[in-house]
Amino acid sequence: MAGIEANQTPPQTQQGGPAGRIRRVSGPLVEVTGLPDVSMLELVALGPERISAETIAVNGSEATLQAYEYTGGLKAGDTAEGTGHQLSALLGPHLLGQVFDGLLRPLSSAPMWLSADREDSAEDRLVLDRQWNFEPQAPVGKAVGPGQVLGVVPDAGSVPFLVTVPPGVAGELTWLGSGLLRPLERAAVVGGTEVTLAQQWPVHRPRPVASRLSDAVPMHTGQRVLDLMFPLPRGAAAAVPGGFGTGKTLLLQQIAKWSDADVIVYVGCGERGNEMADVLDGLSGLEDPRTGGALLDRTVIIANTSNMPMMAREASINTGVTVAEFFRDMGYHAVVIADSTSRWAEALREFANRNGDLPAEEGYPASLASELAALYERASLAVTLGGSTSSVTVIGAVSPPGGDMSEPVTTGTQRFVRSLWQLDRDLAYSRHYPAVSWRGSFSRDADALGRWHAANGDPEWATRRARAGLVLAEADRLTALAEIIGSASLPAHEQVVLLGGRLLRDGVLVQNALSANDGYSSAAKGSALLQAVLDTIDTCQDLVAHGVSAAAVDSFDFSPLLRLREAAGPSDAAGVAERAAAFLAELKELR
Amino acid sequence: MTSPNRNLVSYRDVRELRGPLMVVGETDGVGWDEFASVDVEGGTERHALVLEVDGGQAVLQVLEGTEGMRLGGISVRFQGRPLHIPVGSGWLGRVCNGRGEPLDGGPPVTSDTVEPVSGWPLNPVYRIPPKEAVITGISAIDALTTLVRGQKLPVFSVAGLPHLTLATQIAAQSRTGGRNFRVVFAAMGMTHADIAYIRDRLEERSAAGELVLLLNAADDPVIERILTPRIALTIAEHLAYEEGSDVLVVMSDMTSYAEAVREVSAARKEIPARRGYPGYLYSDLATLYERCGRVQGREGSVTIVPVLTMPSGDMTHPVPDLTGYITEGQIVLSPEIDARGIYPPVDVLSSLSRLMRSGAGKGRTREDHLDVAAQVLAAMARARQASELAELVGDAALGEADRAYIRFRSVVEEKLLNQSVDEYRSLEQSLGLAWEALGVLPRRELSMLSPELLDRYLPGPIGGARL
Repeated sequence: MAGIEANQTPPQTQQGGPAGRIRRVSGPLVEVTGLPDVSMLELVALGPERISAETIAVNGSEATLQAYEYTGGLKAGDTAEGTGHQLSALLGPHLLGQVFDGLLRPLSSAPMWLSADREDSAEDRLVLDRQWNFEPQAPVGKAVGPGQVLGVVPDAGSVPFLVTVPPGVAGELTWLGSGLLRPLERAAVVGGTEVTLAQQWPVHRPRPVASRLSDAVPMHTGQRVLDLMFPLPRGAAAAVPGGFGTGKTLLLQQIAKWSDADVIVYVGCGERGNEMADVLDGLSGLEDPRTGGALLDRTVIIANTSNMPMMAREASINTGVTVAEFFRDMGYHAVVIADSTSRWAEALREFANRNGDLPAEEGYPASLASELAALYERASLAVTLGGSTSSVTVIGAVSPPGGDMSEPVTTGTQRFVRSLWQLDRDLAYSRHYPAVSWRGSFSRDADALGRWHAANGDPEWATRRARAGLVLAEADRLTALAEIIGSASLPAHEQVVLLGGRLLRDGVLVQNALSANDGYSSAAKGSALLQAVLDTIDTCQDLVAHGVSAAAVDSFDFSPLLRLREAAGPSDAAGVAERAAAFLAELKELR
Repeated sequence: MTSPNRNLVSYRDVRELRGPLMVVGETDGVGWDEFASVDVEGGTERHALVLEVDGGQAVLQVLEGTEGMRLGGISVRFQGRPLHIPVGSGWLGRVCNGRGEPLDGGPPVTSDTVEPVSGWPLNPVYRIPPKEAVITGISAIDALTTLVRGQKLPVFSVAGLPHLTLATQIAAQSRTGGRNFRVVFAAMGMTHADIAYIRDRLEERSAAGELVLLLNAADDPVIERILTPRIALTIAEHLAYEEGSDVLVVMSDMTSYAEAVREVSAARKEIPARRGYPGYLYSDLATLYERCGRVQGREGSVTIVPVLTMPSGDMTHPVPDLTGYITEGQIVLSPEIDARGIYPPVDVLSSLSRLMRSGAGKGRTREDHLDVAAQVLAAMARARQASELAELVGDAALGEADRAYIRFRSVVEEKLLNQSVDEYRSLEQSLGLAWEALGVLPRRELSMLSPELLDRYLPGPIGGARL
């Protein structure tokens, strides 16, 4: 191998400087020599096609790299050229409503088959040549600091795109442009530094905020089982573990469609291509109830499907969070949905193994827990540098192998999230969707959110939640008992609990994602449905206490109650209450 | 196997042979994932793929295995690019081995167009969500777990169950209304009896020029199996996206394929993840399964039905588990149902077609299809509870409704699911049988069906007269 280096003249970079050479290629792992000045995490361009690779170890003038592209055809002796910068995302007005790969390169302008010789986002002409209408909004001559708004691009998605002073830049605003500008054209000059509409940001570095807040304000997802039982505050992190076939993706897609966020970043990390097509199709067809535009216009989709290069998976989730932080810094509430973090962890494992790292559990590197913590800790409710209160909420799917909840990614994730929405295979098999298990899930902020509801006009919220939890737990216990002795042998009031559990599950927790009325549920409608079922249980208890037989109660036709969620519109709490009252009146006739 | 027409340097410095691996020294300009021809002294030509390049040394996996090779008698010619194969309609009607070499006595398949077998990832923006049903003529699939063109829907089975019968029946009968339908059948690690059976069952389709058969036998080189599904999919992609056909790719048995991947991984001394399988098995399987789909601006589609046997029926085994995470649903065969003499023995409650909701129903198949399927499944779930209860307390202690559900289950299994191995049922027939089974239940139990549908479809004297 020494022969190669000796027989040839030293390689040159495009700029004429010295370049390193590739020594070893094994899938995404590439070892190079002759790059003494390369820094950790620096991007290196490999071979004639200038494939991007990240530096993960430096030893003398040798470096170990992980390539973000298919390395087929790379040879020992090919050039390796340091770029001087880390893996960065180009953040700008071109993001909303568009689809990108894991390195934030637009897929809409990419060819049908993704071969390795594609341009990177900084070089994509369609992005760089597009002109945006910039409306200045700051006084020239005043001193401005990071986060302050310089102007707005109004037609860049469903929310106004604010051009702010980037972190680390401050001083007198000496010049401010207006009108049609390209993303990297000068839009303002602050303290001698040029500010453009778009900015580069290294994806592994969290964007700074003025301060983090610990207030609990609910994020409404539109899914009753989550909002009523396992709520999530804005700026917190949640995980959705579930084996295959438990409806993980459908639940995440519902959250992407209906949660009350300004911006959604949907990261398909190592998942199905058809699913990304489905998300795209679903979002472009739906109207955003708040703006009247298409839901797609508030969404950034990052698609790194399972057959795309594995190492870009590792980047894709961090890229997604970086995009969300960028919109947070404009004062918006952003939600990152990452499906699935297990594929991201597998990419970490794959690379660690090829690099010869000692494995900890199940082959995963020992750094897995700290990597997971670093990811979920990027969720934040914060005061931005510009002074607004906004958030990044992170929702990560976990795909435990064999549905085994004790595997390292699942157990590691559970420690770092505020809410866990565990999906249950038995519920899914009996077509109970969303199959969120009330036994395995938790919400660590439920009490704080109960206080928020109490302060915001719904003092009964926490009581209802507690009662529902009790009915479900009691019904589970009695079901196990009834399987042994038969439900007819239970005392009447316990038979009513069994009935109550069924009504609660089928009338409130189950939600039909495909239904126009039921797919989304407003907070008020959810509360009204839960109240209706709890009132029904009370009435039934009252009936059996007054001598009506449990069998008579059981054979009453409860279908009007169960159809309420379909019968009333998505926000029609009054309609639910009205119909529930009529139903209860009829039920009381049994006595 | 074609090679570009140029003079290739021969390398003779083979330094190591270990399992399927071969290490070649003193190489120059060899790229990762390159394809190579290997001449073995006194033997036939073999083929190899580059797994690692380290300075002037290359590690290759030999597809035909290293048996009988010795360090001195080998000459390796690198092709300068990954493996390419000819594509086009020349494959139709042919029977080949797992490397695409003819077994039917015909000449090698040739074409002006060659494509790399590993393919390229399809830009997800170009995908169209699958929406039209593939009718297999098998009630259990068409009525309850509809296959959609562009979908990947695996069959999970256990050794000893008739999954090969089912796979060949799907391959023989499937069609999409009025379109060109082609089938590529990739068999991996099959016994010679199985291979004879496959050829026999699919003879008609083969004679009609609608079928490509790639057969890797159990005693063929193990590593060759890594190539077989890739060749199948490369042929299928061309037939679909360039020639506009709907192509069904059946791959059986994926467990044999995964074992070949594991064997190479073990020979390379890689750190294993679960049960000795490499950590990249998910990504490796995804590069196969993700080659299904429909593409904007192109007529055809690639639909994939992988068949796999779950070792000791364990669905948490890495192969079915990782497959389930990639594919869009699963059709599960059950030994219990098989023991009751039902064919195909589909466990409908564990089975699921995720794309059914967009591929069936009004405007796609029939207005009542989705609701009927949902109602049958819900009732089957209830019937299972009832029969579990019956085992504990005895039939006599059951309520009237529970007894009706148990009757319902027998009708579903015997009438709807059960059919003969060469029987094609139209969707109308299948749905009719589903309604017939629902007619066993009291009408008030059918809460998932609207009164309009019940009035229109519920069979006459029994159903209509009920409460």
